[in-house]
Amino acid sequence: MTSPQRSLAFAVLLASLFFCCSVQDAQAIPAFARKYGLPCSACHEAWPKLNSFGQKFKDEGYQLGNDRDAPIWQNASFWPVAMRITPHWHYESLGHTAVDSIPGDPTSPTIEKTVNTSGFDLTGIDILTGGTLLKNISFLLVPSIDPGDGTVGFESANVRFDNLLGSPWLNFKFGKFELDVPLSEKRMMTFSNVGGAYQLYHFMPVGDVNDFSFGENQLGVELMGHSEDDHTRFAASLISSTNGELGLPGGRTYNGYIHLSQAFMAGGLGLQRVGVYGALGLRPTFFLTSGGEPIPGTGQGNRSFYRTGVYGSFYIGRFDLTAVYQRASDNVYLGNALAANQVLPDGAQGPAWNTGTFEAHYTYSPQLFFIGRYELVRMAQQALASNASELGNADVFTVGYRYYPFMHSRAGLAWHQEFATGRSRLTSASGQDQRNNSYFMGFDFAF
Amino acid sequence: MRTNHNTVLLCAITFMSLGLGVAAAQNGGTSSGYPEPKNDFTQQERRGKGLYRRYCVGCHGPRGDGNGENAPYIDPKPRDFTLATFKCRSTPTGTLPTDSDLINTLKRGLEASNMPSWLPLSDQNREDLVAYIKTFSSRWKKEGPGKPLQVTPEPQVTADRIKEGQQLFQKMECWKCHGTEGRGDGPSAPTLTDSKDRPIPPYDFTEGHRFKCGQTDEDLYKIFMTGLDGTPMPSFADNLNPEQAWDLVFYLRTLQPMHTKEKDIAKQLGLKPIEPNAAATPPDNK
Repeated sequence: MTSPQRSLAFAVLLASLFFCCSVQDAQAIPAFARKYGLPCSACHEAWPKLNSFGQKFKDEGYQLGNDRDAPIWQNASFWPVAMRITPHWHYESLGHTAVDSIPGDPTSPTIEKTVNTSGFDLTGIDILTGGTLLKNISFLLVPSIDPGDGTVGFESANVRFDNLLGSPWLNFKFGKFELDVPLSEKRMMTFSNVGGAYQLYHFMPVGDVNDFSFGENQLGVELMGHSEDDHTRFAASLISSTNGELGLPGGRTYNGYIHLSQAFMAGGLGLQRVGVYGALGLRPTFFLTSGGEPIPGTGQGNRSFYRTGVYGSFYIGRFDLTAVYQRASDNVYLGNALAANQVLPDGAQGPAWNTGTFEAHYTYSPQLFFIGRYELVRMAQQALASNASELGNADVFTVGYRYYPFMHSRAGLAWHQEFATGRSRLTSASGQDQRNNSYFMGFDFAF
Repeated sequence: MRTNHNTVLLCAITFMSLGLGVAAAQNGGTSSGYPEPKNDFTQQERRGKGLYRRYCVGCHGPRGDGNGENAPYIDPKPRDFTLATFKCRSTPTGTLPTDSDLINTLKRGLEASNMPSWLPLSDQNREDLVAYIKTFSSRWKKEGPGKPLQVTPEPQVTADRIKEGQQLFQKMECWKCHGTEGRGDGPSAPTLTDSKDRPIPPYDFTEGHRFKCGQTDEDLYKIFMTGLDGTPMPSFADNLNPEQAWDLVFYLRTLQPMHTKEKDIAKQLGLKPIEPNAAATPPDNK
C-alpha cells in the first residue's frame, strides 16, 4: 500500500468513526419499539441480545401482557416491519490453506499458504416482521436477502398460539424457528468469519457428514412454557431432519429437542439462570436414486446422533458470564461418511466430542457493550481409531465491543469492532494446525 | 490497490483501540446526552437513573415530565413525575404514595395504558427506579407519603350487599360517568378531562377484567376510597364507610364480563340496571 493510499484509508475510517459519534437522531421505526413506544434498551441488554424483560416479551409471543397487545390497538398505518444490515470492512487470514503452486494449474503440486484478504463488504439483509395477528396469536417472518446474488431465503416463518387455556405454560409454535438454545445464534453479538458462529452448534469432526447445525433455524413444532416471572422455562421441539432446508430434501425422520431452565435472583447481583438441554436425532446415510442421482426425501439407512449440555448464565451487576458444556456424538456411519449398507473400515467408531463455551459481556451502559468469548472443542473419540487423538480439536477466542451512539425507540445504529482467532489441530492437508484470524468493523443498523 | 496485510492488521487494531476510546469518552458512564435534572444523586438514585434511561425515558422523557419521544403517540399520556401526582396509591387523595405503591405499579403495569408490567426486573431494580423517579419533584423532599388506608377484612358477599351496592352506585352518582350499566357511557363521560385538561374516558366495567390499579377486590376498594389522583375519579373515603365500600365492590363485580359469584347472585336476584330518574332507596347506614 502506498503512502497516499494508506492516508486515504485512514481518512475513510476516521470519517466513519466521527460520523458514528456525531449522529444524534433518526426517523426510522423498528417494529416492536414503534408498536409499544419502548426504547430498544427496554428489551435488549444491547441489541440484539435480549435482557430478562425482552426474553419475557418473546416468551409471551411478542406481547407485553397488557390490553394493548392485539393489532386492533395499532395505528392503522402500522406495518410491523424492520430491516437490519451491517456494511463493514473485514480482514481474513486463513492459515495453511492448500493452493496450487502454479496459479491456474491444477496439475501443479499443492502447497500450503496463509491466505489473507480484506475489503469492504455487506452482511445479508434481514427483513424482520413479527407481532400479533390477534391477542395470543403471534407470528415471526424473517426473509433474508443474500447480498451477493440477491436470492431470498426464509430464516424464520412461524405462527405461535400463546397462553393456551389461559396458561403461560402452554404455547405452541409451528413453522420455521430458532430452537430455544442456551445462547442464541440469531442474537449473536459477534459477526466475524471466525467468531461469528458458535463452535458449540457448528463443529463437525473431520470426515463427519452430519449436517445438523444446532444453531440454525429448524422446521417443526415447539411446545414452550414459562412461569409468570419467566424464571422457570421449558421448550420441547419436534423438527424435521432437514436442518431447516425447505422442500423435504432429507429423509422422513424427525429430531427431538428439549430445554429446561431455572432462574433465580441472587441478591443485588441480578438474575442467574441454569439449564440443561438435549437433542436427539437421525440422519439418512444414503438415498434412493434415479439415474444415479439421489431422489430428495428418500433418505434411507438412518443413523443417530445426540447433543446434550448444561449451562449457567450468571450476572454480577453489569458483568455477565454464560458457560456451556456440551457432549456430542454421531453414529459411526455419519462420522465416517459411509452409507449404512456399506462395510465399516477397521477402527471405525462413532465420533464423540466435548465443547466448552465461555461468553462474557460487560454492559458499561446500554450504549457501550463489550464481549469476550472463548470456545474449545476436544475430541473424545475419533471417527477412526487410527486418527491422532487431537485431530480437529479447536480453540476460538473472540473479543469486541459495540457502541450505540444514540438510544432511541425508532431505529438503532451500532459501531461494531471485533477480532477473532481460531486454531484447529492437524486439519490442514499436510496435517498442520490451521490458524484463522478475522478482524471486523462496521456499522450495524436496524430501522 | 495492493495491501500490506501486516499494516492493515496493525491499523485495524489501532482503530479498534481508538474507536473504543472515542466510544467510551462519548458515552460517559450511563449518560446518553440527556440533560441532567440534578447531579447530587445517591448511589441508589444513580442506579435508578441508569435503569430509567434504559426502560422509561422513551415515554416519560429525560426530565420525567412525560414528554418522551413516544408521548405524542400514546394515549393516555405518560405520567408527569415532576407533578408527583399518582393514580395508584394506598394513601389518601392528594398525598404522596408509599414506595410500595410505586413498586406495585411497576410490577403490575397500568391497565388500559401503554405502561407494561416490569415484573422481570429485580426487586432491587424497582426500588432503584422508584428512588430515581422521586428526584423529579421537590415534593418528595418536603413531605412524606400519606398514611396508608386501612382496608377492613372483606366480608362475605350476599344478595343484600349487592343490592345495597347498587343503591350506592346510584346515590353516589357513579353512573354519571360510568353509565347505568357500567359501560363508561354516562352523561358526563364526554366532558371528563384529566389534571392537564386532556380528555379521559371513564372505566368500562363491561370490558375490563382488570382495573387501572389492580384486579383484586381490595384493589377496587382502594381505587374509590383513595381516588385516582390526576383524573376525575374522586375519593369516596368521606362518603362511604368500609361496609358500604365493600357493598359497592360487590356490585361493581356484577358488571364485569367474566364469571363471578357476585354475577351469579345478581342473576338469581334478577338485578336490573339502575334507573337514574327513579328515587334511590337510601342504603342502610351500617
